[in-house]
Amino acid sequence: MFVSYKWLQEYVDLTGVSAAELAEKITKSGIEVEGVEVLNEGIKGVVVGHVVVREQHPNADKLSRCQVDIGEGEPVQIICGAPNVAQGQKVAVAKVGAVLPGNFKIKKAKLRGEESNGMICSLQELGMEGKIVPKEYAEGIFVFPADAEVGTDALELLNRDDEVLELGLTPNRADCLSMLGVAYEVAAILGREVKLPDTALEPISEKAADYVEINVDAKEDSPLYVAKMIKNVKIGPSPLWMQTRLMSAGIRPHNNVVDITNYILLEYGQPLHAFDYDRLGSKEILVRRANDGEKFVTLDDVERTLSSDHLVITNGTEPVALAGVMGGANSEVTSDTTTVLLEAAYFNGAIVRKASKDHGLRSEASARFEKGVDPNRVRAAGERAAYLMAKYAGGEVLEGEAVADTLTVEPAVVSVTLEKINRVLGTDLTMKDVEEIFARLQFETSVEDDTITVTAPTRRGDIKIEEDLIEEVARLYGYDNIPKTLPIGSSTPGKLSEYQKKRRVVRAYLEGAGLYQAVTYSLTSEEKAAQFALEKRDTIHLAMPMSEDRSILRLSILPQLLEVLKYNNARQNDSLAVYETGNIFLANGKDALPEEREHLAAAITGLWHSHSWQGEKKPVDFFVLKGILEGMFAKLGLTERVTYVQAQVDGMHPGRTAEILLDGEKIGFAGQLHPSVQKGLDLKDTYVFELSLKAVLGAETEALKYQAIPRYPSITRDIALVVNRETVSGTLWEIITNTGAPLLKEATVFDLYEGDKMEAGKKSLAFSLKYMDPERTLTDEEVTKVHNRVLAALEEQAGAVLRG
Amino acid sequence: MQERLRELQQEAIQKVEQSASLKELNDIRVAYLGKKGPITEVLRGMGKLSAEERPVMGALANEVREAIAAKIEAKQNELEEAAVLEKLASESIDVTLPGRPTKVGNQHPLTKIIEEIEDLFIGMGYEIAEGPEVEQDYYNFEALNLPKGHPARDMQDSFYITEEILLRTHTSPVQARTMEKHQGKGPIKIICPGKVYRRDNDDATHSHQFMQIEGLVVGENIRMSDLKGTLEVFAKKMFGQDREIRLRPSFFPFTEPSVEMDISCKMCGGHGCNVCKHTGWIEILGAGIVHPNVLEMAGYDSKKYTGFAFGMGPERIAMLKYGVDDIRHFYTNDVRFLKQFAVEE
Repeated sequence: MFVSYKWLQEYVDLTGVSAAELAEKITKSGIEVEGVEVLNEGIKGVVVGHVVVREQHPNADKLSRCQVDIGEGEPVQIICGAPNVAQGQKVAVAKVGAVLPGNFKIKKAKLRGEESNGMICSLQELGMEGKIVPKEYAEGIFVFPADAEVGTDALELLNRDDEVLELGLTPNRADCLSMLGVAYEVAAILGREVKLPDTALEPISEKAADYVEINVDAKEDSPLYVAKMIKNVKIGPSPLWMQTRLMSAGIRPHNNVVDITNYILLEYGQPLHAFDYDRLGSKEILVRRANDGEKFVTLDDVERTLSSDHLVITNGTEPVALAGVMGGANSEVTSDTTTVLLEAAYFNGAIVRKASKDHGLRSEASARFEKGVDPNRVRAAGERAAYLMAKYAGGEVLEGEAVADTLTVEPAVVSVTLEKINRVLGTDLTMKDVEEIFARLQFETSVEDDTITVTAPTRRGDIKIEEDLIEEVARLYGYDNIPKTLPIGSSTPGKLSEYQKKRRVVRAYLEGAGLYQAVTYSLTSEEKAAQFALEKRDTIHLAMPMSEDRSILRLSILPQLLEVLKYNNARQNDSLAVYETGNIFLANGKDALPEEREHLAAAITGLWHSHSWQGEKKPVDFFVLKGILEGMFAKLGLTERVTYVQAQVDGMHPGRTAEILLDGEKIGFAGQLHPSVQKGLDLKDTYVFELSLKAVLGAETEALKYQAIPRYPSITRDIALVVNRETVSGTLWEIITNTGAPLLKEATVFDLYEGDKMEAGKKSLAFSLKYMDPERTLTDEEVTKVHNRVLAALEEQAGAVLRG
Repeated sequence: MQERLRELQQEAIQKVEQSASLKELNDIRVAYLGKKGPITEVLRGMGKLSAEERPVMGALANEVREAIAAKIEAKQNELEEAAVLEKLASESIDVTLPGRPTKVGNQHPLTKIIEEIEDLFIGMGYEIAEGPEVEQDYYNFEALNLPKGHPARDMQDSFYITEEILLRTHTSPVQARTMEKHQGKGPIKIICPGKVYRRDNDDATHSHQFMQIEGLVVGENIRMSDLKGTLEVFAKKMFGQDREIRLRPSFFPFTEPSVEMDISCKMCGGHGCNVCKHTGWIEILGAGIVHPNVLEMAGYDSKKYTGFAFGMGPERIAMLKYGVDDIRHFYTNDVRFLKQFAVEE
C-alpha cells in the first residue's frame, strides 16, 4: 500500500511529524514502512507554460517550434518533439537551468538550427512510471487543465511535492489497505483525531430501486450487494488532484467515473464497480455461481471459461462481471455512458481468491476482497462514490439503493484481565494505561474489576481473541518499553544428544583428515536419484516440481558430491576432498512419511598429497580412503566391529570396491568410481564412500575403560606366507588372530609381493605377529608352541605355506 | 741439555700452532711426546749428569712435556670446535621454503553458523531437537494455526508430494512434534535447526532449499520480556556486544503477539547506510508468544502455559556476518568459497 503523506493529512493532522518521522513511528508500532519516496527528489525549475504559438520546425518533420509563455515576460522559443503538442495548451516546462531526474540539466540548445530555451515535459520525464501515466499522455507531453496558472510550480500542481510511504502489510492488517484505515492507525499512534470524508448530498426524487432489482442466488458468497444509481453523468477526465493521488498510489487515471471508483477503493478500502446501466440490457442484477464451461469476456477483452467455483454478476441471464475481480466488456463504462449503476458489495474472500488465481487476475480489488473488507464500510463507500460522481461527473444521484442484504455484522467482543496482559508481556501496566491505549485505537471498552472488555470495530477483523488485545497493548505501549528478562522457573540442562555429539565428532574428524564439508540439495533428477543407493526403493516424486532436475528426493548423497567435484574440476581444482552428511529418503508407501536416514558420503580425487619443491606427489588411492574410514571408526570405538568385503556395486570399479560391514551388517561401500563414470564426469581417479551414518552413530559402544600398560616384554615373530593370488589378507589375518589368541596380541601386514619371483598365480604376504602375556615374561618355547599352531592353521585353512 | 729441552719446547709449540688438522696435531703429539720422541731421547742422556743436576733436569723435562701437551689439547679443542661449526654451516637450510602441507578441510559456513547458535543456546539450557524434512500437512500447517484454505499455505509456495505430505516449509513442525511428545507438560527449551524447502526459483537471494533455526520455550510463566532478554543475549553474542536490538510488531499465524527483531547496523553504527537501507537497523528474525491455538492443539492448557518461539535463517546470518552476496554460493560448494571459512572465531 502506497500512502501519500499529503493526502493522509486530510484525515489526520500531521503537524510537527515529518514523513520520515511518521514512517519510523508506524514501523515501530506494527506496520513496516519499507520505504519513503520523495516524489520531487532531484527535480527543480519546472513551471506551467502556455503554448502561445506552435509551428512546424523548418528543418525537421517531427519537431515543433513553440513560443511558450512561462510567466517571465516575453514567451520563449522551445523546440518540442512530442506528437501531441498543440497551440493553446498548458504544459509543464523545464526552464533553462532546470534539473530533471537522473541529474539531467536543461541548457540553452540549438536543435536543427533552431534555438530552444527549455523543454516541454512528459510525465515520464518528471520521474513518473509509464504504466501510471494516463493513456492519452503516455506517448507525449502532459497537458494541464486550461485554468492552470502560467508560471506556477508544475510539480506542486501535479502533487509531486509529496512523499509516499510504502507499507509492507502483513495479512492480518488488511484494514490498512485504505487511507482511512491508515488514518485510524496513525491517529492511534499520534493520539490525534480522525476526520471522515464528506458524503452529504441531495438526491433527486427518482428511486434507485425502481431502476433495478437485486437478486442473489449465492448468499454465502455475496451476503451484501448494494446498487446506487447515478443519472446524466458526463464522462471526462477527473480533477487533476484526484488523478495525481491515484498516480501517487500507483493507479493509472482513466475517466472521472472509473477514477472515482478507484479513488474510493484507496480511500475506503472498498472495491466498487461501475456498470453502464444502459448496456446491461435488463433491470435486474442476479448474483450467482457461474455454470461450468460458461464463457465470458472480461473488460481486458480476454474470453474466460468459468466454472461453478466462480461467482458472477449477471443481468439475469448473461454474466456482466466476474465478482470482485473484473467487469465485463459488455457493460463497461465508455465515453458515451450517461447512467451508471454503481456496485458496492461484500464478496466472500475465498471465492474471489479462487477466481483471481484461476484466471491470473490479481488486482487491487481482488486483493482487498481476499483479505476481507470492512462489512460496515460497504454502504458508506457507495455513498461517498455517488457524492463524488455528482460533484465531479455532473451526475444526479437517485434516492436510496437497490439492495440484497443477508449480512449480519457483529463486532468482536473480547475480554482480558490486566493480570494476563502483564503476565504475558512481563510489564507492570495499570488499567488506566490499558484503557488509554484502546481509547487511542477508538475501540470501545468497559472495565469490571481486573477485566477489560473490548468491542473491536469491524474494520479490525483481526481482533478475535485476548492475545490480539495483548498485542494491541504491546505495540502501542511500545516494545522498546518492555523490559528484558530471562525465563525463570525450573532449569533445564542444555545438551546435545549422544547422536548429535558423535555426529560432531565425525565431522570434526573428517575435516581434520583433510575433507571439506559440502551441503547439497535433497532434490535431484530421475537419473541421479537412485545412483549408488545403498537400498533400492521407490523414488519419491514431487507432485508439482519446478524442474526435472529437482523433482525427486535423493536416495544417496554421492551423485551430488560428484557434481561438486565436477564443478570444481572445471575451475582448475582437480585435487579435492569433500564430504557431506545429510538425509536420504526411502519411500514407505504412498500415504506414509518416508524413512529419512542420515548418510555420510565422501569423495576424493586427484592428488592426495603434493609437495612441489621436493617433487613429492601422491595421488589418491583406495588405501587413502580406507585410512580415512579406519581413523573414523577408531574415533567411534568401532575398529574391531567393522570389516571390509570385496564387492560389486553399480558405478564402481569391479576390482576396487568393498562393502563396509558393521557387526556383519552391510552399512555402506567404499572404492574407486568405475573408470567410465570418471570419464563421464571428466575426473581423474576418484575414490568415494557412502554409508549409513545412522547405523554408525546408532551402534551402542562400551564405555571407555583403561587397559593396564603391559609390564612384560612381547615377542615378535615375522612370517612370509605364499598363498593363491585370490586369497585376501583379511582371511589370513582372521585365521592368525583366531588361532593365536589369547597370547597373540597383534598381527599386522608388513609386506605384499606379487612379482615375477613368485610362481604364477601366487603371492607373498608377510605378517608381523606379536605375542605377550600381561602377567609374566613368555618363554621362547611357549611362543613357538602357539606360533606353530598358527602356521598349521594357515596351511590347513588357507593353503598358506611359509615362503622358502 | 737444558737448552736442547727449551729448544724442543719452542719448536713443538710452534708446530702445534701451525697445525691445521687433528691428524697433523696427533702426528706432532707422537713425534714430540712419544717414546721415540726427542724428549725421551734427551732424557736418556740423563745418566751422564750429576746427582744434583738429575732432579733439576727431570723436573724441567716434565715441565716441557706438560707445556707441549697442554698446547696440543688447547689446539685440539680449537680444531674440534671449528670442525663442528663447519659441519653445522654445511647443514644450513632455507627456512623460507614452504613446509610439507598437512591436509586440512573445514566446516561448511552454514554448519559453522548453526553450531555457533546451537552452542550459544545449549549454554542457556536448550536441547537440540530434530525432525523429518518430509512432513505431514498437519504438523507443517494445521498444528501451527494454519488451517486448510489459509492464504499463507498456497500449493504454489510448497513442494507437495501428495495432498497430505510435503517437504517442510519451515522447522516449526519440529516444535509441534516436540510439544506433542511432552504431553502437555513443561518446561520445554529447544532449538530446531534443519533444511527447509520452498517453491522459489534459485537466484542471488532465493533458494528452493535453505536452512532454518527455530527456538521454542514453553513454561508456566514465559513472558514477552523473556523473549526480548533471550534475543538480546543471542544478538550480542552472535553479532557483537555493541549491538542494540529492537522488536517491531509483526504477524505470524503461530504466534500472537508476533514481532520481528532488528539489530543495529554494524556498517554505519545505526546512522543509516546502504546495507541497512538507511534505517540503521537490519532485520534478523521473527518471533512471538506462542499462539494459544498452537498450544491447545499440542495438548497444553493455554490458560496455564505460555511460550515464546523464534526463527531465523542461517544463510541470512552468514551473509550478514561474512558479507556473502549470493545465497547460491552455499550450495555450489566451490572450494575457493568453502576454504574461506577455515578460521575459528
